[in-house]
Amino acid sequence: MERNPMRRQLAIMRQSLFDQGHVDEQFVQLEELQDDANPNFVEEVVTLYYRDSARIILNIEQALERKPFDFRKLDAYMHQFKGSSSSIGAKKVKAESTLFREYCKSGNGEGCMRSFQQLKKEYATLRKKLGAYFQLARQAGPVETASRPK
Amino acid sequence: MEVAGEVLASESQLHVLAVDDSHVDRKVIEKLLKISSCKVTTVESGARALQFLGLDEEKGSLGFNGLKVNLIMTDYSMPGMTGYELLKKIKRSSAFREIPVVIMSSENILTRIDSCLEEGAEEFLVKPVKLSDVKRVMNDCIMRGETEGNKRRRVDKRKFEDDNHASSSSSSSIPSSPSSPLPSSPSTAATSSPLHSLKRAKLRDHN
Repeated sequence: MERNPMRRQLAIMRQSLFDQGHVDEQFVQLEELQDDANPNFVEEVVTLYYRDSARIILNIEQALERKPFDFRKLDAYMHQFKGSSSSIGAKKVKAESTLFREYCKSGNGEGCMRSFQQLKKEYATLRKKLGAYFQLARQAGPVETASRPK
Repeated sequence: MEVAGEVLASESQLHVLAVDDSHVDRKVIEKLLKISSCKVTTVESGARALQFLGLDEEKGSLGFNGLKVNLIMTDYSMPGMTGYELLKKIKRSSAFREIPVVIMSSENILTRIDSCLEEGAEEFLVKPVKLSDVKRVMNDCIMRGETEGNKRRRVDKRKFEDDNHASSSSSSSIPSSPSSPLPSSPSTAATSSPLHSLKRAKLRDHN
């Protein structure tokens, strides 16, 4: 148990990210790549992810405004988004991406739109939670090792 | 990141060329490779990779900065030239065919894995790539070495597998080092069924 109250709060926040299913094992993989030389590696990767995601989400939004839907294009965009979500361990977002792709493959436009709305919600939640987490991490200062969730 | 205990001469460090259209994945693979004591060059496309290698001019495997490329790790799904197409171009080039190529893909499709291995890919890693995957690939590279004997064995193995393509049903991304003690991880679970291991081991035993 962390003695420093900020570190304790950070550990609790981190645990809840996993418990609530926002992030998975891949997130831990990234944490393990962090070290004294690159203490903010995870945040840097996640920041890149936000940048890429903003572009892809915009592309999908624009594609969903054109009728009839180009399901192949939509699927291709979501494949990209799913890939980077997977690389940072964004569990819920990744799951929603998979669902969207299934709707694309079956040509279900309604399903795509519903799924996309849900995906944007999950993505926004993830950003909020990770944002708070990284902010506290920077305030709390460097830690020795990443601890695995139980 | 240079660590005091592992200052290696440039020549003895593996130089890996990583190809991926995703910024996120390039950053991650670069870190994974650096932590595994490799020199890394990342590029965003197959075309850039070929440019870096100087393939169009058949100059040899020297990159722009004169560093020999020891390994290529490429994403499969990329716009323009896919990783598979890049793999084919490299394996069909007299100058670069000996460079091991590892394919990375988020999609665990058996026919895809088979085609890549048939074209001469050393391994097929399922994304997201983990440190254990990279370490395994590194170990295989080091074990393989750069000796003529090893090169010949690799070429023979490929030829043997071509000859036996009709009889073998499917291969999988088993590391070429049979004794590597791997914990089971998502990236190998789907492709390393006992039957696949057996077939792969049998093919290797015949060399």
